[in-house]
Amino acid sequence: MQCTIRSISPVGNYLHLILDAPEVDEVAPGHFAAVAVGGIGGGMLLRRAFSIHKSTPGQTLEIIFAAHGQGTQWLATQSAGDVIDVIAPLGKPFVLPRQPISCVIVAGGYGAAPMELLARELRGRGCRVDVVLGAATQEKLFGVLDLKGVADSVIVTTDDGTSGVRGRVTDVLADVINKNKSQAVYACGPMPMLQAVAKVSQDNGAFSQCAVEESMACGIGVCMTCVLPVIGDDGVTRMSRSCVDGPVFRGDRVRWDDVHTVPSDAFGAPRPGGH
Amino acid sequence: MFVDLTTSLGSLQLAAPTLTASGCAAAGKELAQFGDVSTLGAVVTKSIMMAPRSGRATPRMAETPSGMLNSIGLQGPGIESFLENDLAWLRANNVTTIVSIAGNNVDEFGELARILAKVEGVDGLEVNISCPNVESRGQVFACNPVSAAQVIETVRSVWHSDAPVLAKLSPDVTDIVEIAHSVVDAGVDGVSMINTLLGMVIDVDQMKPMLGGRTGGLSGPAIRPVAVRAIYQVHAALPHLPILGMGGIRTGHDALEFIAAGASAVSIGTVVFGDPGAPWRIANELGQELQSRGYNSLSEVVGLARHN
Repeated sequence: MQCTIRSISPVGNYLHLILDAPEVDEVAPGHFAAVAVGGIGGGMLLRRAFSIHKSTPGQTLEIIFAAHGQGTQWLATQSAGDVIDVIAPLGKPFVLPRQPISCVIVAGGYGAAPMELLARELRGRGCRVDVVLGAATQEKLFGVLDLKGVADSVIVTTDDGTSGVRGRVTDVLADVINKNKSQAVYACGPMPMLQAVAKVSQDNGAFSQCAVEESMACGIGVCMTCVLPVIGDDGVTRMSRSCVDGPVFRGDRVRWDDVHTVPSDAFGAPRPGGH
Repeated sequence: MFVDLTTSLGSLQLAAPTLTASGCAAAGKELAQFGDVSTLGAVVTKSIMMAPRSGRATPRMAETPSGMLNSIGLQGPGIESFLENDLAWLRANNVTTIVSIAGNNVDEFGELARILAKVEGVDGLEVNISCPNVESRGQVFACNPVSAAQVIETVRSVWHSDAPVLAKLSPDVTDIVEIAHSVVDAGVDGVSMINTLLGMVIDVDQMKPMLGGRTGGLSGPAIRPVAVRAIYQVHAALPHLPILGMGGIRTGHDALEFIAAGASAVSIGTVVFGDPGAPWRIANELGQELQSRGYNSLSEVVGLARHN
């Protein structure tokens, strides 16, 4: 769909894009949007995927992005009134608990983009929500104030100590889980962070859901680019598509050590001698 | 004025001139949210193999100027699951279906054809003898006229069906016309061309190839002139051979080039990754391109560039 840019503005090291999106109805936390970049006839064929920050059904869609590649740099040059092509919402969002349980939200950098929406949904269900936000440095944090307005507590960590606790999100996560008797952990951020969050969660008896970051080509399930090894309900590991089977997966089901490989016991894995 | 866009590939009549391209639309189902798949010329499925296949390690994709490299490695569920789930869905939705098959060896191609010849809902067979994402270049049957012919002869010997058999050709050969002659002599009803070109991107920070599979297949508008050239050459040499053209088609204007070069229909591939509605859009645009030039039908333009 064609979306007119309502505003594009810097937030720390990131850009906050608000789009007119009259065709988009309900968005759930964890859904993503795929944005065409480079203009009609341009040399970049593939969409860029961003988790959806917020939406007002039938009105607007908001995303947060970092201008670190050719496509996102192009997007950063767009301004209010320009029209971009967007497909949304896509993917499987976070699964919300039926019971009012105690939850932790963990995010790294702009992985915090979908988390205010998630925190509101969880609070709306009567859940306790504690938040851990981390980044390399203060400018790379996102959503701290907004989440403070929704969550029961917010702890910030930075690698360089410019804000909050010096260290990683996982340095404080176990304490947060134990102190609040958290049963569920929701995470979004870089893959090494997700792997560590999944492990800490499991070690401390909490169930984790992780929104993964895998490079995609189509975002709609046809190209088989964005796969990672995930264990299914039947115990079988499959190369699952992060765009349609995810991006949210159970932390205990992703074979984190084997990401970027095809484990030898995966469904359809090459036999000795290769495919 | 109405432009007749109906066309054919051998005995297979197509209601529309644009098809999906193998490997670029899975088995059609995922595109259903973007258009009525039954109105496409056909869905050409991702190449199916006998056994389930995980495909290659990631990264599997690298964007390149006006194109992309992929090293998916034929990830798929295997023929049994394909028949049960994918083909069943295609039949239930009245989708014209060309099944692409890939084998590790000549016998596996034969086995797949034997199975598919017996089931309902297979309107054509595309024999993928040119996937570059295999461990050994020796498995790229389309790079050698003798092995290309062996695969086609084996498929033909068990294909007791009127549905056309197409051979998918690789442009990574010295003389694609020689390969086309070879598969025609072996009994194909038509050819699909072109498959991707073998390429590589190097990550200079890590000083290693970017793709998990090291090499990958280059597709997208970057390869379009190669496809047009290959189709033009094969059509000139074998003017009665039906050609399904593909390779970086992004607009109806692009599609018209392929038709003029000698293709009877076109598959829309990589552009679908960025624009899932492209197969329908391009059919409409092709109609407009023909109309604005005063043509009444697609069929009168097939191969026209050869005569001028």
